[in-house]
Amino acid sequence: MSPHLILRVVAKLLIPLILVFGFYVHFHAKYAPGGAFQAGVILASALILYALIYGMDAARKAVPPWAARVVLALGAFIFAAVGFVSFFFGENFLDFNVLLPTDYRGQYLGILLVEIGVLMTVTAVIIAIFYAFAGRTPEITDEDW
Amino acid sequence: MDVTQYFDYALMAMLLAVGVAIIRLRNLFAVVMLTGVYSLLSAAWFTSLDALDVGFTEAAVGAGISTVLLLAAMLLTSRECDKVTASRHWAALAVCVAAGAALFYALPDMAPYGAADSPANTGPGMEYMTRTAEDMKNIPNVVTAVLGSYRGFDTMGEVFVVFAAGVGVALLLGLSGRRREEDQ
Repeated sequence: MSPHLILRVVAKLLIPLILVFGFYVHFHAKYAPGGAFQAGVILASALILYALIYGMDAARKAVPPWAARVVLALGAFIFAAVGFVSFFFGENFLDFNVLLPTDYRGQYLGILLVEIGVLMTVTAVIIAIFYAFAGRTPEITDEDW
Repeated sequence: MDVTQYFDYALMAMLLAVGVAIIRLRNLFAVVMLTGVYSLLSAAWFTSLDALDVGFTEAAVGAGISTVLLLAAMLLTSRECDKVTASRHWAALAVCVAAGAALFYALPDMAPYGAADSPANTGPGMEYMTRTAEDMKNIPNVVTAVLGSYRGFDTMGEVFVVFAAGVGVALLLGLSGRRREEDQ
């Protein structure tokens, strides 16, 4: 891996920017095109770039496979859990108005919570699928290309 | 006369050229790279058609993640694909011609691009443009409001589909994300 000095330096500069852009896409979806699905893919692509440049072992150290699996399930759980909260207030499933009954911002809060669940699931699923595929590929030498 | 339509024609021509190149190539590495190019061109085209959300997703998923996953899958198999016999070419050509003819037959029924009286602009979708401003005074992006709240149940289904895909791949290819030899 040592010969790819330019790639390593550029990746080191790009990965933080990709992460910031991912969170921007996520939290700015209130005003602009974007959302948790796209943001999750962008966040995962930062780790994939890291794995491509620095190798799978470094990536596994940064985000362990078990963490990806836990977050994968947790995100879907958060989405459903936010939906179930409205049952306890006698409202329909996923009715966000109960979260802040006197405030129109309840909808905003609900969407924010739900989108965090989406972000977690999408990011973790992409990472898990990438680990599953890349983990089976033997490290290839430059001559193989 | 709208000048931007010539961008659309140019992008469509490039999509066609890349598609033909993908069919003709036998080197799978080049095919994977051209698939990424195809997705990026599609994303540019969607952006030109003012479908920013779709273009965004296409660029992130199609050009980014799919390319990496196809590359990883290709490394598990071979670098070249086998020659396809001519008889299968004829069958594929017949299917493509039939499907293409059906699409052209249906084309006149489609509303013109950007028409105000098209079903998409007169159906229930338009109602949400005004409803969102009343229901959610602080969410200017109608797409987010519709996907997150009005159609929250549908979005939850999408998340569970993604979840199921992740679990399915993990179960098929190994939960640990490590090589099989290392596990033993």
